[in-house]
Amino acid sequence: MIRRQRLAAGVCALLAALAAGIAFPAAATAGEPTGEATAKVDLVLDVSGSMRTRDIDGGTRMAAAKQAFNEVLDATPEEVQLGIRTLGANYAGNDQKTGCKDTAQLYPVSTLDRTEAKTAVATLSPTGWTPIGPALLKAADDLNGGTGSKRIVLISDGEDTCAPLDPCEVAREIAAKGIGMTIDTLGLVPNTKMRKQLSCIAEATGGTYTSVEHADELTDRVNQLVDRAADPVVTPVATEGAAQCTDAPTLKSGLYTDREEFGQQRFYRVDVNPGQELRASVSVAADRAVNPDYGVLLRAVTVKGREIVRGEGTGNGRTDVISTGLRYPRAESDDDNAPAETVCLQVTNSFSAASGVKATPGLPLELTVDVVSGPSHAGDVASFGLGRGWWLLGVLVLVGFLAGLIWGWLSRWRVAVWRTN
Amino acid sequence: MWMTRVLSAALLMLGLAAAPAAADSSPSPSASGDSSAPTSAGTSFRTATEIEQGQQATASGSTGDYLYWSFPADAGQRPTVKATVKLPAAHAAQTWQIDVYDGLRRRQACQYGAQTRTAAPGTASVDLACTLRTVRAWSEAWANDPLPGTYYIRLTVVNLATADLGQPIGASVQADAKDIGGSAAVDGSLAKPLVPGIAVTSKSQSDEGDSSKSAVLSSIEPEDGWASGWWSDRWVWTAVGAALAALAGIGGYALTRGAGRPSRMPPGA
Repeated sequence: MIRRQRLAAGVCALLAALAAGIAFPAAATAGEPTGEATAKVDLVLDVSGSMRTRDIDGGTRMAAAKQAFNEVLDATPEEVQLGIRTLGANYAGNDQKTGCKDTAQLYPVSTLDRTEAKTAVATLSPTGWTPIGPALLKAADDLNGGTGSKRIVLISDGEDTCAPLDPCEVAREIAAKGIGMTIDTLGLVPNTKMRKQLSCIAEATGGTYTSVEHADELTDRVNQLVDRAADPVVTPVATEGAAQCTDAPTLKSGLYTDREEFGQQRFYRVDVNPGQELRASVSVAADRAVNPDYGVLLRAVTVKGREIVRGEGTGNGRTDVISTGLRYPRAESDDDNAPAETVCLQVTNSFSAASGVKATPGLPLELTVDVVSGPSHAGDVASFGLGRGWWLLGVLVLVGFLAGLIWGWLSRWRVAVWRTN
Repeated sequence: MWMTRVLSAALLMLGLAAAPAAADSSPSPSASGDSSAPTSAGTSFRTATEIEQGQQATASGSTGDYLYWSFPADAGQRPTVKATVKLPAAHAAQTWQIDVYDGLRRRQACQYGAQTRTAAPGTASVDLACTLRTVRAWSEAWANDPLPGTYYIRLTVVNLATADLGQPIGASVQADAKDIGGSAAVDGSLAKPLVPGIAVTSKSQSDEGDSSKSAVLSSIEPEDGWASGWWSDRWVWTAVGAALAALAGIGGYALTRGAGRPSRMPPGA
């Protein structure tokens, strides 16, 4: 009776464990609502004199841009705040100083009034210079505020004509100032120099560059970029790592950004309780021209400086980021009051650049930290120590047979001994 | 009495073992003619477009873009990623590459497949493939074996002429997996799959607000959930082995006892 009860209890426990095992992972991966913030997009349109050229589908570049803008304004999702800024729209003279200040807000970044925006676009006519750098700076100001993703879409048909200010560096500074600010560039009928400049601007902020030869390509691409801005993305939290672990900021689970210069090292601290697992991954982006061999090293070290585990990533050739990660399961402790261990995360990169390339601001660094419960440990290589394969079956059958044989002989011998007695 | 109890318990165990086996094996990830396949790609790990296994995701982009997708892979699977890039009509020689990263953004090696391929000038398309190692349920923290969780695909051109920069391209990717089964079953399992941001996700799970417009690093999950990790066909092998051993034991025992009563013995003697 007792034995039967035990069996029943055992089966119940087994069923419960099974149910828990099946139910738990499903419950653990549900969606998480974060504080919703509106996405902002600023379309920056070149209205310089060269936009008069008739080489896009037989019409002028300006006509193609206007047509594209009309279609984009119709298709813009409700949740996106959209603004339009022009460059070179108002000053037709020859003075570079004045010409390079010529950028104006055609339509403020706000919830879209389609007719108003379309009327504003219709008034444009190709006029002046191409001050890309100043226009980008002003566009960044337009987008200021809010925590949602911010995107500048630059449409231009010529390279910057305001020489000392490099728009590429302007873009890098903008990206360093604002979190989640991306600049996408589109070149209308581009030449080599322009391609290089516009793709440099895009790369500096993690954006994309597209060459446009036809009007419908322009519409499709701008629509795609506006839609991309509408997609909800996790906004990282800005943090600043220290040069030593003792001064490092303590991070909780989440997504963080920082900047790291060439040859610099950054430390962060994470508290890990017994029985928890730390997962960290880091990616360092190449936002400027870097030498083609590079790497990143992420180390988890104790406060005393002993290395626990490391993640390494290396590569060569063209890239946007180099990334690596590590995990550190901390063993369960018998002591309920065991203190949390402080783990120092050390990030170093081995990017390098030619001498002309500016070192500041540092390369964008993205760090994800996850501290999850439950360390994993294994007692055997195979699953639960179970076996598989024909060799296993052969050995079991042979041993079983021999055991049966010996048992049989033993019992025969015993019976014989008992009979004779 | 005792015999029947043991026998019924054994049957129960067998039934328990067989039920998840049937559940495990049925939904093999096969290409389904779905209309809901994503038509865009992300441009970073953070914005990667999530796809299901077997889905053919497409995206339009420009030469020089870094396109990102992510898909779930579970223990015992050997994922294969295939990508096709449609190139513009006129172009110089360019080299395309797919890289696969795991949930910790560690690059994962490809066992086979043309991970990098150079398209000769004027070629219409280029095909790439990458077969990963088998995903293990558990590995040591110091190894970089593939583990269950999110996998990122990055597709990009790694070598091109400046004149080709920004030209329109079309890309399609598909991630499939082969079920490797018990030969890859290892002891142990991860408490949570390697899904980035899972610690944040499970913490704020209680406050279900606007679920439609929520931003998470990765909300990826296989169609039938993550495997709990306890089942493998090793149970069957071992159980069958034990049964055979028992039979062989009985056989061996019977052999020593001879044929029992002599057959020529008259009945009742």
